[in-house]
Amino acid sequence: MTALRDAFLSAAVALGLFGPMVGLVTVSSDHGLFLRARPIAVAVIVGLVFFGRLGMLTWRGRNRAEATRANRAFAERITRAGKYVTPVLLLAALALPFSGSRYYVDLGTLVLTYIMLGWGLNIVVGLAGLLDLGYVAFYAVGAYSYALLATTYDLGFWTCLPLAGILAGCAGVTLGFPVLRLRGDYLAIVTLGFGEIIRIVLNNWVSLTNGPNGITGIPRPTLFGLRFSMDGGDGTFAGFFNLEPATIQRVIFLYYVILGLALLTNWVSLRLRRMPLGRAWEALREDEVACRSLGINVRNTKLTAFGIGAMFGGFAGAFFATRQAFISPESFTFIESATVLAIVVLGGLGSQLGVALAAIVMVGGLEALRDFLSFLGDQMGSELFSGIASELPLYRMLIFGLALVVMMVLRPRGLVSGRTPGVSMTAPKEIDAELVAQGRS
Amino acid sequence: MLSVTGLTMRFGGLKAVDDLSFVAKVNDITAVIGPNGAGKTTVFNCITGFYSPTSGSIVLTHPDGRSYPLHKMPGHRIAARAKVARTFQNIRLFAGMTVLENLLVAQHNTLMAATGFGVLAVLGLGRYHAAEAAGIEKARFWLDAINLTARADDPAGALPYGAQRRLEIARAMCIDPVLLCLDEPAAGLNPRESEELNQLLLRIRDLGCSLLLIEHDMGVVMRISDHIVVLDHGKKISDGTPAEIRADPAVIAAYLGEGEEDEVPA
Amino acid sequence: MAYALQQLINGITLGMIYGLIAVGYTMVYGIIGMINFAHGDVFMVGSFLSLIAILGLASLGITSVPLALVLTLLFAAAIAALYGWTVERVAYRPLRGSFRLAPLISAIGMSITLQNFVQVSQGARVKPIEAIIPGGIQLMDRGGFAVQLSWMQIAIVVITLTILAVFTWLVTKTPLGRTMRACEQDLKMASLLGIDTDLTISLTFVIGAALAAVAGFMFLLYYGVIDFYIGFIAGIKAFTAAVLGGIGSLPGAVLGGLLIGLIEVFWSAYFSVEYKDVAAFAILIVALIFLPTGILGKAEVEKV
Repeated sequence: MTALRDAFLSAAVALGLFGPMVGLVTVSSDHGLFLRARPIAVAVIVGLVFFGRLGMLTWRGRNRAEATRANRAFAERITRAGKYVTPVLLLAALALPFSGSRYYVDLGTLVLTYIMLGWGLNIVVGLAGLLDLGYVAFYAVGAYSYALLATTYDLGFWTCLPLAGILAGCAGVTLGFPVLRLRGDYLAIVTLGFGEIIRIVLNNWVSLTNGPNGITGIPRPTLFGLRFSMDGGDGTFAGFFNLEPATIQRVIFLYYVILGLALLTNWVSLRLRRMPLGRAWEALREDEVACRSLGINVRNTKLTAFGIGAMFGGFAGAFFATRQAFISPESFTFIESATVLAIVVLGGLGSQLGVALAAIVMVGGLEALRDFLSFLGDQMGSELFSGIASELPLYRMLIFGLALVVMMVLRPRGLVSGRTPGVSMTAPKEIDAELVAQGRS
Repeated sequence: MLSVTGLTMRFGGLKAVDDLSFVAKVNDITAVIGPNGAGKTTVFNCITGFYSPTSGSIVLTHPDGRSYPLHKMPGHRIAARAKVARTFQNIRLFAGMTVLENLLVAQHNTLMAATGFGVLAVLGLGRYHAAEAAGIEKARFWLDAINLTARADDPAGALPYGAQRRLEIARAMCIDPVLLCLDEPAAGLNPRESEELNQLLLRIRDLGCSLLLIEHDMGVVMRISDHIVVLDHGKKISDGTPAEIRADPAVIAAYLGEGEEDEVPA
Repeated sequence: MAYALQQLINGITLGMIYGLIAVGYTMVYGIIGMINFAHGDVFMVGSFLSLIAILGLASLGITSVPLALVLTLLFAAAIAALYGWTVERVAYRPLRGSFRLAPLISAIGMSITLQNFVQVSQGARVKPIEAIIPGGIQLMDRGGFAVQLSWMQIAIVVITLTILAVFTWLVTKTPLGRTMRACEQDLKMASLLGIDTDLTISLTFVIGAALAAVAGFMFLLYYGVIDFYIGFIAGIKAFTAAVLGGIGSLPGAVLGGLLIGLIEVFWSAYFSVEYKDVAAFAILIVALIFLPTGILGKAEVEKV
């Protein structure tokens, strides 16, 4: 009975929340704004809340201990499955271009870019426990470094790639130097501010960045000096291998480039985790005061995490620039930072596999859903499906936002949450996520 | 060895430590005792660089003759250079890391130096491998000393309370300290654990490390200390051997004045 | 001179709006020590609610401007308060005692959710309305530059000061204010003494959200145009105001709001409009680094 009353209350709150905001839409017309009523939408939402709440309360009536045990069993299963998932994923990633589908390769490239960004940010947030809300700034620094170096000094991608990474890393260290002694939440806000400053500067420093119009004609990468161009002449990939020139060759090449970059990120972070530096990052996340008492230079250690994370962001940015051949400040908004953070958090702070899975689900999954729906719409000539498909990108960030909240409430440690120690005397054991601090104070 | 001169620490209008001077000799166990709020932990925080004192000086002289002005050094250097280690009143282990990892984090600076700025070690080159093996050996030595070898790969947060206290001491010892500062190491221990702690502390002293100890458990203090400093309201009220302290009327008055009869030195 | 006076008037008006939002940040921070990242978006929701109410009342044929404004204000504050309550209940309360970054991440999620919820439900286009309180007084006219003090600006200052007076009375003189201050001092102790801390925290969010809605209402009337994105920038600036004034201090929040408003207006007037947000962010960073306790804040001693 209490459940019913509770559900009614929730429905009433939902009516208050959604009644005006969803039920009354402000529509522009020639005579200014007017309101249009949408009673059905409100009724649907309120009904959903009512039954959802009712269902939740009935379900939660189960034994709590049982629920906890089920949760733990789930975590164990995922961790154990991880051993098999990793090679399967890797094989799938290597084999993807052989599908020959431009669509899948493009989607794979997008997902891998986010995986790489996720792994880069994971060093900062997951390992060192520093909440960075301005990661996109380093992505932007990398992208613009490459774009400007390549278009003004005519340098190639492979020369610029390390430069872009180093510049982004320097940007990370320069920003980190004054702010890293701030408390966690202050740090988050300051990094957010820094990300916005970079974007605003890119937008307004027209003489350097061409402002909102962006930079066009960014050169594509070459394979050992072989260009991917359509003329098929000497010095091109197609000409050298006697192939018919086709765009797909370049697309596949770019795919392997980002796959390589992502795997490099992964390899470096896995190696570092087994080194004193990575251990110090994790120790810092656990207890900063204790670190100081053990003679660890807290600021420098944080700076390395920040700088290395930024460097990988810069690599990813340079790749983004070369793939798109065009960049503008619009690609580097707070939403990007939030997306990458969401991927890291959903995957499980500190877990490499979790980040990859989260990126596949959140970027690839939604993208695939949209394309599937629009495909369905085209096939059936139905307005409904294509309508939903065109609206879906709007819902993407809504889903991201809700997922962040739900994840924190239900599984604050993310999908893959256990921690494997980097060194052991006997056999390494998985550490239960409950013990891992992630900056608990 | 460690000489504290005219140490004063103010928080706003409050003088937590007021013109305190004392000397802790090499290879002594020096205990700092006093009622709650006497400023003992503040003294520790000044020595280990968590607070910078309002005035006064703290100078540590190593057995090799080099001396370090601790009141002027940042916290992490006090541990890294001056080799002063400490533990905390409320245990501060890296709960989500294993016992072994805790001990290796304490050897960070030594190990880090062997990685060649991290680059070589990431590539699997250089002498990091040997350094890590040596680090694990040192960890094993201390694990044996605190009877935790069997639990080396368990997370530190999963250990029972007494074991966590011992692990924190072992972790502090892994920085190879000249002076070890212990903030209430016996708090919450049962009599048997407390006795084991005494043995551990005496062993640490015999290994050539001086100890500075804040403790409420008079059983521990009176049995193992060579020298006791008594604080009350931030001021030193007595200083001497356990026997002298026991007989000092000022000390008895301070403790009785607080109304904590169970803490009267026995 | 006349130009500067005009900027001063504009800056104070804008500062009042920031101050009202900043109070919400500072209250929540004071009581549970977290940055309510979604607060700026509650302000944005309040602004949209005001817009809907104004349009709704107009279509119902209510022509008396003062009546319409009062009804709008009440409606927006009430529903925004409900939003504030829900945000706390859904996204923050289950996380009390969780690891430190959890509530902040959840708050960011809530902020993204609110923003995109409004974008989806009300559309991404900007929403312009006609001036509801037109006109004003011309203070002086010198060298062809007329200094204007509009009725709207007077209304904003009067409404803000009234609400702050009521609010100050609420916090200092009522039992509710006493429990709030008790929770601010020591949440655990307050709960041991029988204070319903959950309720107090909820009320803090409710009051903060209502104040933000008032700010949103005034923002709508003052600028005459809103969109789903205004909460982000305004939120950051109000947070900067709270930090600058000393986070946790109520008068500090208002003072910080005024400073940020003045800096922004003068910066735009004398340097560059494009970089006015950079100025705000730069102040935030500088304030956090060099003045982390703010102008009226209390210093925190690190406990070891």
